[in-house]
Amino acid sequence: MIFNLINRKIFTLLKVQYSNMLEYRVEIALWAISGIIPFFMLNIWTNNNLNESINISDVLLSRYFLCAFFVRQFSVVWVVFSFEEDSLMGKVSPYLIQPLNPFFRYFAQHLAEQITRFPFAVIIAFFFFIFNPESIWMPNLGILLLSILSTFLSFLIQFLIQSIVACLCFWTEKASSIERLLFIPTLFLSGLLAPVVSFPAYVKSWIYFTPFPYLIDFPANLLSGNETNISGGLSMQILWIFLLFPLFKKIWSEGTKKYTAMGS
Amino acid sequence: MNIRKYLKVYKKFLHTSLASELEYKTNILVDLITAILSLIGSIFLLSIFFQNNGYIGGWKFEQALIIQGIYTILNGITNTWFNPNLTEIVKHIREGTLDFVLLKPIDSQFFISLKKINPSGFLEIMLGFLLLLFCVRINQINLSLSFLTLSLITISCSICILYSLWFFISTTTIWFVKTWNAIEVLRSFLYIGRFPLNSFSFSLRVFFSIFIPIAFITTIPSEVFLGLSQWWKILLEVIVASVFLITSRKFWLFALKFYSSASS
Repeated sequence: MIFNLINRKIFTLLKVQYSNMLEYRVEIALWAISGIIPFFMLNIWTNNNLNESINISDVLLSRYFLCAFFVRQFSVVWVVFSFEEDSLMGKVSPYLIQPLNPFFRYFAQHLAEQITRFPFAVIIAFFFFIFNPESIWMPNLGILLLSILSTFLSFLIQFLIQSIVACLCFWTEKASSIERLLFIPTLFLSGLLAPVVSFPAYVKSWIYFTPFPYLIDFPANLLSGNETNISGGLSMQILWIFLLFPLFKKIWSEGTKKYTAMGS
Repeated sequence: MNIRKYLKVYKKFLHTSLASELEYKTNILVDLITAILSLIGSIFLLSIFFQNNGYIGGWKFEQALIIQGIYTILNGITNTWFNPNLTEIVKHIREGTLDFVLLKPIDSQFFISLKKINPSGFLEIMLGFLLLLFCVRINQINLSLSFLTLSLITISCSICILYSLWFFISTTTIWFVKTWNAIEVLRSFLYIGRFPLNSFSFSLRVFFSIFIPIAFITTIPSEVFLGLSQWWKILLEVIVASVFLITSRKFWLFALKFYSSASS
């Protein structure tokens, strides 16, 4: 009964948010286009034959960057920006009265946006294959499912980190600048711009203990058929989720106690 | 046009927006750390490219650092002036407050482009200058008067082109209302400016010189720094910059004819 109720809530939320997102198709298409940086990076790599030194063939590297693009498309999180606005405008107050954590609402928003984004990402991939016909491949079903799972886990990690930052809105008015700060290591260390294999040894020695390589590098390697430790990567992703979730719950309960609506 | 009046008004703008921004002192510190980390990150990425190669697109590592320096300065200028002001246009148009801007006895483009200022961008500009000074030392560049004037001319042209691109996209808000994402696309394209143009394949090079003149923005000033630039290139940059400035101005005046306030 309770499970059924939760199920219905989530389903309704998703449906509402999906129709909401469909209103902004052009906007989401532009979002998808703004994620094409991995392709520019690929161009630098192959045009200067940089991949020879790290022993990845042209084809595998182009698949890697295509997968990195895909993983990024489906793990983009912006909850802190929405939450900051809602919290400053006092829109959080009505949400807090509802018998549902407001973050479910944002979570559903993100999922709905990913569904809307999917066709645009496919179109971009289609163009990519027109220009690079040799890199067409079909991962087997098991790998495909595993990489969808790991992309979702990567999304969860980023969603949790950003929700924790978003909760800082209860204390400060500009939590989004902390998010912009955190975005920098994510950008350079996650493997979006260069595969982690190519990093110098002094970085590789510690990077696998941070969450960054599991955000893009691991799922992209998995999907593109590059060498990677599947069980190790998945368990690290799950470990990070287990570490971050209690932290989020703690900061949320502390924050809501602190919350005072604007103008009160 | 009365220059003295505009200078006086600009002084007031500076005063009010600095006063309001300095309310968030820690925010400025966070932004400074973000700028430093982002510079470290891009130098790290560059060092990965140069790990096993002496040259990328004909540029040595020390030379490519000049591009980073110029990019950092331009990015700082974007964060100080363009970003806070031109994203505001979207808000003005959505909420109909552009009416108040148009009614003021002052040029609307001037008001909209210079109203606000974000002081944390200054630190980024300084960071870029420091890097450039360092580059001048390691590349053993002679600081002569002609060198200084030429680099000043090319960098100011880059600023003009950059401003026009931002302004152009923001102006389209009058028709499309939400162009926040189009700016995001521009941002991701501008990211290419961190790397020498020659490191990309021919088709991308053509694209980035004709459609989005990123080539003009960072590569030509860097070539001036190295004393490699030909006269026709500098002349071309001056022409491109003036064409961009004039068209963006014309486009704004044209777009205003289609402005029909909110809820009217």
